[in-house]
Amino acid sequence: MELILEGILKAIALLVSLDPEVLGITALSLKISGTATLISLFLGVSTGTVVALTRFPGRKLVVSLINTGMGLPPVVVGLFVTIFLWRNGPLGFLQILYTPTAIILAQAIIATPIISGISLAAMQNLPANLRLQILALGATRIQMFWLLIREARLPLLAAVMAGFGGIISEVGASIMVGGNIKGYSRVLTTATVMETGRGNFDVAIALSAILLLLAFLINFLLTRIQQRERPR
Amino acid sequence: MTAAGPLLQVKNIVVKRGGIPVLDIPDFRIERGEVLSLLGPNGSGKSTLLLTLSSLLKLHQGKLIFKGREIDGRRSELDYRRQIAVVFQDPLLLDTTVLDNVASGLKIRGMEKAGRLRIAAEYLERLGIAHLAKRSASKLSGGEAQRTSIARAFATRPAILYLDEPFSALDPPTREALISDLTRILRETDTTAAIATHDQMEAMRLSDRMAVIQQGKIAQAGSAEEVMNHPVNEFVASFVGMDTVLTGRVLENHNKHRMMIAVGDREIEAVGNFPPGEQVLCCIRPENVTLSTDSPEEHSSARNNFSGRIVRIAPHGLFYRVDLDCGFELISYITRISLDSLALREGRKVKASFKATAVHVIRKST
Repeated sequence: MELILEGILKAIALLVSLDPEVLGITALSLKISGTATLISLFLGVSTGTVVALTRFPGRKLVVSLINTGMGLPPVVVGLFVTIFLWRNGPLGFLQILYTPTAIILAQAIIATPIISGISLAAMQNLPANLRLQILALGATRIQMFWLLIREARLPLLAAVMAGFGGIISEVGASIMVGGNIKGYSRVLTTATVMETGRGNFDVAIALSAILLLLAFLINFLLTRIQQRERPR
Repeated sequence: MTAAGPLLQVKNIVVKRGGIPVLDIPDFRIERGEVLSLLGPNGSGKSTLLLTLSSLLKLHQGKLIFKGREIDGRRSELDYRRQIAVVFQDPLLLDTTVLDNVASGLKIRGMEKAGRLRIAAEYLERLGIAHLAKRSASKLSGGEAQRTSIARAFATRPAILYLDEPFSALDPPTREALISDLTRILRETDTTAAIATHDQMEAMRLSDRMAVIQQGKIAQAGSAEEVMNHPVNEFVASFVGMDTVLTGRVLENHNKHRMMIAVGDREIEAVGNFPPGEQVLCCIRPENVTLSTDSPEEHSSARNNFSGRIVRIAPHGLFYRVDLDCGFELISYITRISLDSLALREGRKVKASFKATAVHVIRKST
């Protein structure tokens, strides 16, 4: 008990004193996962929207692949990204293994199917005739595309947050492809793993508190969005 | 733009769903300035026809000709869609304010902000929802939302306004108010319109012409009088309900409930409250028309008594249909016993009677 209490007190001290190392790790985490989410946003929303609005042979297979991808285990992604980026792997010439860029790549691969899948569902949840109504208002195909995205903007925002939430708390791929290098590729989750291993529970608790706070904020916003009414 | 020729012409269109033809219209027209109703039961294809006319559905065959030019290819389709408007059964509003919704068609057409908001405000006013301008579209009642959708359609000043069952989801008082407002605005703006509906009363009130749709084909098209007095087949007869329909004009209105209505050179007494001069349709169900060979009207509560000549007698299921010429057309249903005991035959003079309360009066829109 004493161990936990002491850890919590020290963690509070670290947070209140704005410990530079803790802040640095948090900032890097936000930067890496934020960039990966942004990349996934473009790939995921456009994939989800196109699959939702078009009919083509093999569409069902694509939908199943997206849905499978939503549950992609991060360690599997980490493994394959490592293999691809390995010095004599197919993408070894890029020389980005054990860099923040590699983490961004792995996290984008994890988040893209999540955002695609939720975007697909969001677009399919719009009223069936809305597409026709927008065309009847005189919209070009591109105008229709944007108006539909605008109509689904809240569930799409939810998709983005789900994607972000999924990768900021992910540890397997980040440690495998980032290497947990101090001040360079050390993020909240990988630092927590390491500090716990070393028995530095105070730092680990402080880092976990930040992660919990982020998770809470994301879920709070998601709930707010899901409670909102749609127009008739 | 030439004034001659129909506004929209349909040639040999076929629409299929899952390989099965759901619409097959060899020839159909929408004339300038008319209000047309597409009348049919659920699943008859009237909505499919409406969506096809508004170029929102893919044609498997045939063509649409708008103002004498064929709609062909993406460019001319867009051009056509920017000259029409469609109101669906669900209001399908965008997630923004009421004012921005009404302005959305104009925004899509690239009109600058001040101009489109001014026009949007004008149509909000016309539909009596100016007070809702700043309200979010997600916080409207069903009637308010449909008014917004109709205002949005009118705001683009469409050459043809298409409405797909626009009142079906509304409760009766809301529907009633919206129908009379729509009628007024259609008249004020002189808009050509086509309305898909399954309600013959709605069709009669709103439209100049009706087309009855049966299994993807147009069974009959014409004025309400033509279609209802002379249905071409049993389907049309059973669907439109087979009333005698007479066009008339209100002459007098006594104490706001008893009206004298001029039909040709005859006068019909009816119950209702429309101002003198109003154009109306009088609907009389054939089972409410009594025939006699002497003159009993002094002791009867039937306020309408006309002498007429029997034009035709035809069996109609379990009874007989008698077509009369009383200076206007009138249909009566009688039983075999009455036919025999009165010795009715074609060409014979008879007395036809019906109560003032048996006349259903509908206000005519145009």
